[in-house]
Amino acid sequence: MVDLMTPLFVILCPALAAPMILLFGKRPNPNIREGWTIAAGIVMFALVLSMVPVILQGEVIRYTFFQTLFEGVAFGFKVDAFGLIFALTSSSLWILVSFYSIGYMRALKEHAQTRYFFSFAVAIVGALGIALSENLLTMFIFYEILTVSTYPLVIHDQTPEALSAGRKYFAYLLTSGVFFLFAVMMTYYLTGTTDFTNGGIPALGSAPRLTLVILFFCFLLGFLKAAWMPFHSWLPTAMVAPTPVSALLHAVAVVKAGVFGIVRIVCYIYGVDLMGAVYVINEHLTLGLALACIAGFTMIVANLFAIAQDNLKRRLAYSTINQLSYIILGAALLTSDGIRGAMMHIPFHGFMKITLFLCAGAIMVVTGKKNISEMAGVGKIMPRTMLAFTITAFGMTGIPPAVGFISKWFLCLGSYQAYQTISPVMITFLFVLLIASLLDVIYFFPILHTAFFKEPEGDSGEEKIKEAPLFMLIPLVITAVFSVIFLLDFILRLNIISMYVYELVEIAVGNVTT
Amino acid sequence: MVRLILAEHFPVLVVAVSLISAFTIVVAGRLNKRSCAVIATATILLQLIMASFILHHVLTNGTIQYRLGGWTPPWGIEYVIDALNAYVLIVVLFLGVICVIYSKRSIEHELPHKIVPFYAVYQLLITGLCGITMTGDIFNMYVFVEITSLAAYALIASASGRALKASFVYLVLGSIGACFFLLGIGFLYAVTGSLNMTDLSLLLPPLYGNRAVQAAFVFFAVGLSIKIALFPLHVWQPDAYTYAPSAVTAIIAATMSKVSVYALIRVIYSVFTLDFITNYRYVDVAICWIAAIGIIAGSVLAIMQHNLKRMLAYSSVSQIGYIVLGIGLSPITAWGLLGAIAHISNHAIMKGCLFLAAGAFIYKYDLWDIRDFEGLGKKMPYASAAFTIAAISMIGVPPSAGFATKLFLIFASLQSVEVFAGSAYVFVGVLLLSSLLNLVYFWRVIERMYFVKHDEALNGGERETKKSEIPLSMLVPTLILAALCIVIGILWLTMMPLPFIEDALFELGVEVVP
Repeated sequence: MVDLMTPLFVILCPALAAPMILLFGKRPNPNIREGWTIAAGIVMFALVLSMVPVILQGEVIRYTFFQTLFEGVAFGFKVDAFGLIFALTSSSLWILVSFYSIGYMRALKEHAQTRYFFSFAVAIVGALGIALSENLLTMFIFYEILTVSTYPLVIHDQTPEALSAGRKYFAYLLTSGVFFLFAVMMTYYLTGTTDFTNGGIPALGSAPRLTLVILFFCFLLGFLKAAWMPFHSWLPTAMVAPTPVSALLHAVAVVKAGVFGIVRIVCYIYGVDLMGAVYVINEHLTLGLALACIAGFTMIVANLFAIAQDNLKRRLAYSTINQLSYIILGAALLTSDGIRGAMMHIPFHGFMKITLFLCAGAIMVVTGKKNISEMAGVGKIMPRTMLAFTITAFGMTGIPPAVGFISKWFLCLGSYQAYQTISPVMITFLFVLLIASLLDVIYFFPILHTAFFKEPEGDSGEEKIKEAPLFMLIPLVITAVFSVIFLLDFILRLNIISMYVYELVEIAVGNVTT
Repeated sequence: MVRLILAEHFPVLVVAVSLISAFTIVVAGRLNKRSCAVIATATILLQLIMASFILHHVLTNGTIQYRLGGWTPPWGIEYVIDALNAYVLIVVLFLGVICVIYSKRSIEHELPHKIVPFYAVYQLLITGLCGITMTGDIFNMYVFVEITSLAAYALIASASGRALKASFVYLVLGSIGACFFLLGIGFLYAVTGSLNMTDLSLLLPPLYGNRAVQAAFVFFAVGLSIKIALFPLHVWQPDAYTYAPSAVTAIIAATMSKVSVYALIRVIYSVFTLDFITNYRYVDVAICWIAAIGIIAGSVLAIMQHNLKRMLAYSSVSQIGYIVLGIGLSPITAWGLLGAIAHISNHAIMKGCLFLAAGAFIYKYDLWDIRDFEGLGKKMPYASAAFTIAAISMIGVPPSAGFATKLFLIFASLQSVEVFAGSAYVFVGVLLLSSLLNLVYFWRVIERMYFVKHDEALNGGERETKKSEIPLSMLVPTLILAALCIVIGILWLTMMPLPFIEDALFELGVEVVP
């Protein structure tokens, strides 16, 4: 246990930048306003990085900001390996999305840019707060901040359509916040603590079975940000937002906070043992299995929905819903490999999905096309963008050279492990994983086919190469390159920076499984 | 030492200075109209300073007992100030200062011919409120309740027009409430022969079975319920709040109902004591259910309103339910009373801020109807921001003041599970549902102010919007309250108010929380 103020400073970076962004607004120069965003992002990322060596030594960084009136509950931060993985993911991707936003917003001459960048900064406060929080109450506070701060981003266009999407967004997420709050207070009432504890809070085991089941489902409803079916429809609806916002929602902050929370509940509040011991209806259906069923259902159904979408962003949104359930499933398998896969998939899916969204945005800015059916020949106009798109689309389906392969490999291992150790039924989930990956192929490959091999209708044939502005192109290339590096790192043991991610995952998995 | 001795005389000074100042204003107003605002502001500021010395003295040296004219308690009137009184006094006087500064320009605008009487009556209102807060004699309390009510009737009626009818309804109902209060006093006096609260609390325990004592309790409860506008007895309140001048609405909504709540707490805990309530558990359950129904009904009625001030008035009905629910839960758990006490200041600040902002919209653009609020966020950025912060606080988004109350009350409800069984979960549900209903009616306003575009802006070019803010003397008080919504919210979560809470709860005979 190390006492360091670093987590507080990490949160303070964007929290202080936000009022600065408001203050500098349009005057004297938007560059100064954007300067605050970038400066905060870089300092924040550096601070998060500086915590890595400490955590790698197996220590935990703790900083208690203040003790609350509730005995045993402090408002404070605790950085463990798992929290740091999420913090690293969101803080690094946030810088890239910010750069991209600058390019995107300026290229489209969007209105209300000050409000946009302000909300962007507050959103990352929420996301990092969730990653670093010590207990459920602290997490709840940041969770709500995240919900409220992303609302102005979702309704950025201010069209009636955007406003109704915003209402839906609030209706789902703030209602879920209510369940979350109830679950937090109930946990405190039952155990007298809400700290995330390796292997679960011991006192929770003595609570009545029915209470534990209801509490667990309240937690699940509380983490609707994870967009599990049938409560997913806010996510595709929120696609009316500008593309960088979708990238923020899908890869950096919002949905990741949801799955992060679910993994926290499974591994650090209930604990793997309790999840496998408490049964819902009869002895066969444990909490773990129930969660796995929800995840499996979501994976298959979301993919079927994705196939039917023509709007590229909506198709990606359903793909996100599916991929999030991979993470939930990994945790729900309650095996070390499953949890390993789930934890890895948080950063890996972040890097891949952000690339896909950034590509979609770049295509929209350059060609103005939103629907897949109109994208014939885009691969020739924007070769670099589409190359990045292709690599990460391969990764999404679990094919090298992008890193999605590794997390899926561990998830499959995890389900096999569950088959061996828990019950023979669990082998079903291996098939679910494989079928879902197959469906991934079915909806990603037509996009590539249209972009590269279809001739645009009624066109001169001579296509000029026209890429997005550098502000937009560079971030998406970086994320695409990193999705490859992660894989190379793992297979060839290159020991480049990204190796740390694997070490962190190992520590986190070691913490939660016995 | 000198200061401490002085502080023991402050209780009577606070009331006396205020009363003298009220008459001074009438005289000075004949010579110079402008002096009224200055005298009133200076007096209330002086009172506030004295009040803070009183609080300091109470927290360090214990309860102050001041005997008027040196008469010993059972015969003479006594002022008794413990932590709770001092705290309510500070809330009242602070809001008094805020509103009197605000009222300078606002009243010049709304009641240009009634400036002198306005300030004189306003000062009388403050006198009455301070008196109720500090007296330890129940008949003396009745006298001050009447002073306050009469001042309030006059202030509301000063807007003339529809306000006259609103004031008349209030006069009739308020008088019935006061009569009930007086009847309660009469019954107690008939049984015990004493009017001093401490004395009563010592004399009453053997008489708890006496029908007259029980009837007195019911009279007190119903009489004060009319004054605080608890749900079925709230009918006078929406009209009174809607048609009164802005500054009057703010001070009455923020402080008058709070002081009546304080009187209720005092009567229940310092006259009847905890033992009485514990003997009649069904009374307690009834109070909680009425409050719970009030919370939901108030919110639902608020959703149905289009007039902003009327909507806020119904929202008050709902929020008073929170406080009464806290009082109802307090015999079982100290968290209930803590929630009630916390919400006294929280609601005063939030509702004060909301009414001041609503007054600002009326002052500048004569906007009453929420449907006309489009683009207000651009036209009056600061007033709108203050409104938004207070509204978010009402919804209970962390880390605002509303969130702290919600947390306390939810935990109190959970703790009452063993006694109330199923009802306890209903109360939790009501509290959570209420925050969603708050979201519905507040977000409607915020959405209009910031995000809904003018029809013209949607069809043609952006209409040029000029910023035009209210005068500084109105803006600064509003912004101070908005900032306090957040600051106080954080303070309630920390350990800082703990000494005060311990003192207040101890004096009321409730066991200490943490």
